Amino acid sequence: MIVVAPARIDAAEQFAALSAGGAGGIATFVGLVRADDGVATLELEHYPGATEAALQRLVEEARERWRLIDARITHRVGAMAPGDVVVFVGTAAAHRAPALEACAFLIDRLKTDAPFWKKETRCGETRWVEPRGSDDAAAARWSV
Amino acid sequence: MLYFAWVRERIGRGSEVVDPPGEVVTVADLIGWLADGSAVHSAAFADRARLRAALDQMFVPLEAVLGSAREVAIFPPVTGG
Repeated sequence: MIVVAPARIDAAEQFAALSAGGAGGIATFVGLVRADDGVATLELEHYPGATEAALQRLVEEARERWRLIDARITHRVGAMAPGDVVVFVGTAAAHRAPALEACAFLIDRLKTDAPFWKKETRCGETRWVEPRGSDDAAAARWSV
Repeated sequence: MLYFAWVRERIGRGSEVVDPPGEVVTVADLIGWLADGSAVHSAAFADRARLRAALDQMFVPLEAVLGSAREVAIFPPVTGG
């Protein structure tokens, strides 16, 4: 299931939904707005329609590749504060290995394949976040 | 045309309708044609290495042929997650 919305993400609620499917193993990744380097606010822009489609393709690929019981990506957009949940990725499978691998695949590929842009304000200065080369490397390791 | 993030900010709007001439074949051609026609676009598109594109909502390289695409998006490298 894919959700891209400005609403606050409740990780416990997301986890509960994944647990309902009778899986033997669940893996989750929760990304937060970093609070440690002076970031006051984070604004997330996206490409409506294209974002959901990109995430849906990733979820479908993961479900097929790791035979998942369930997979969820919930990504927040709009204005956020340090400590807020930006993204919740969860995978449910029969066993731990596919759940863990699929969860890593989804967050790694989300970083490079989904049209989101972060703008942060720190010490009164606003700037668009630059991509990291390490994100490309992390995504590339899942190429088949 | 759709623009996102700092490309949108530099152009001053998130979308516009354009009607390029026949010699505009690829996304890169389209960017060049828009830049030639306006100082604002020229400034926004100055650093081509930092531009990415989508045709009808699918990511494509700048060399991609426009073909029958109805929606072209230009934006910086993505930074979600």
